[in-house]
Amino acid sequence: MGDKNAERRPAGELEAGVLTALWAADGPLTPGQVQEIIGGSLARTTVTTILSRLYEKGTVTRKRSGRGFVYVPTEDASGLTARRMHAELAKDEDRGAVLSRFVSQLSDEDERLLRALLDGDGDGR
Amino acid sequence: MIYCVWLPLLVPFLAAPASRRLASALPPRQAIWLLTTTAAGLAAASSCALALLIVPGATHLHAVAALGDLLTPLYGGSPDAVIAIAVTAGALLAWCTTRLVRGLQRRLRQLRHAARLAAEADGELVVLTDEHPDAYALPGSPGRIVVTSGMLRALSAPEREALLAHERAHLRDRHHVFTALVDLAALCHPALRILREPLAYALERSADESAARTVGSRRLTARAIGRAALAARASSAGDRTRPALALSATTGPVPRRVAALLGSSTEPRTARPLARSFAALAVAACLALSAGASLQAADDLHDGIEVAQGETP
Repeated sequence: MGDKNAERRPAGELEAGVLTALWAADGPLTPGQVQEIIGGSLARTTVTTILSRLYEKGTVTRKRSGRGFVYVPTEDASGLTARRMHAELAKDEDRGAVLSRFVSQLSDEDERLLRALLDGDGDGR
Repeated sequence: MIYCVWLPLLVPFLAAPASRRLASALPPRQAIWLLTTTAAGLAAASSCALALLIVPGATHLHAVAALGDLLTPLYGGSPDAVIAIAVTAGALLAWCTTRLVRGLQRRLRQLRHAARLAAEADGELVVLTDEHPDAYALPGSPGRIVVTSGMLRALSAPEREALLAHERAHLRDRHHVFTALVDLAALCHPALRILREPLAYALERSADESAARTVGSRRLTARAIGRAALAARASSAGDRTRPALALSATTGPVPRRVAALLGSSTEPRTARPLARSFAALAVAACLALSAGASLQAADDLHDGIEVAQGETP
């Protein structure tokens, strides 16, 4: 991902990047911290703009901290929808046909192999 | 003349295994097209063959014969055999059609449902507060990516980008359409069922490669997949409600995907060019044979009808 291209990515993708950083964090984040996590490919002002937009949509909440704000993600209306989605799709045993899951379940042998592959790749954990 | 009509019914038993073999040696994108084309083409040809098998027997019915201005029933062996074949083919075709219509309705209902849920979401990404790592693409216009907070916490920031890129590829390339086509084709002919699993794998591989190109690293993408799968397994280890995985003799898709991205030798290396060409030729020949036999059978039937109408051959 060329850093120079980052600003030209669709707004939706930028929002997703900021949102994932907030959800993965242990506590509230400042725009600067968010910018650091997502690799500094975005200007601070862009991150601040995205955070304000997310706040207006109700996807994040914010608190005043010092001279600026810190942001916390919240399960908004979309989260409720997703929850319903989860419940409704769980009823359908054929859901795998419509949804493409990122990873499928591992067998014992799969797990052993996978660990060997990742360790063999160096800097493994 | 009458033998052609049986070929499209038998060819899938050869062509489906051959195309599965070939798909495992092809790059994901080509494998997707191969599997989808094979499944749809063979399903269409075998359904045509069933329909053609009904006609000679049906002409023994006075009403049908009158409709076609036939002076005599179509010739095609002993009347008893012709009628028995027509009845069997008719029953099979009716059964397949019922299954196909039901399957199509079911799939459309699922997709409409997913699209409705996707439309309710505000933004490309929907995060769910859930410690169990999970992520999937929800097809719709536009589609959405649903991911749990547990999944986001299990991955590093660059790995999260790889995850998002993978799911975006599924949505952008409309992978659910290919899945639906092959699933429906498999309802038309039992031999085509074995194409579903290789298609699912090829779609995942295609999304993986897409993600690797987007984030600029195959290794990073491999690590994202591997760590996500391990985290999901660790989380469900004590969970009795999740179905135990029955198959353990074969390597599951996740290690194969990771190995393919790392270029490791665990992935069955692409077959030798000669073997690959041979398999490609075999699949192409089977498709041509199936389509050709259907056309020939239709042509023979047409000739037969003209004879029965009293025209000189």
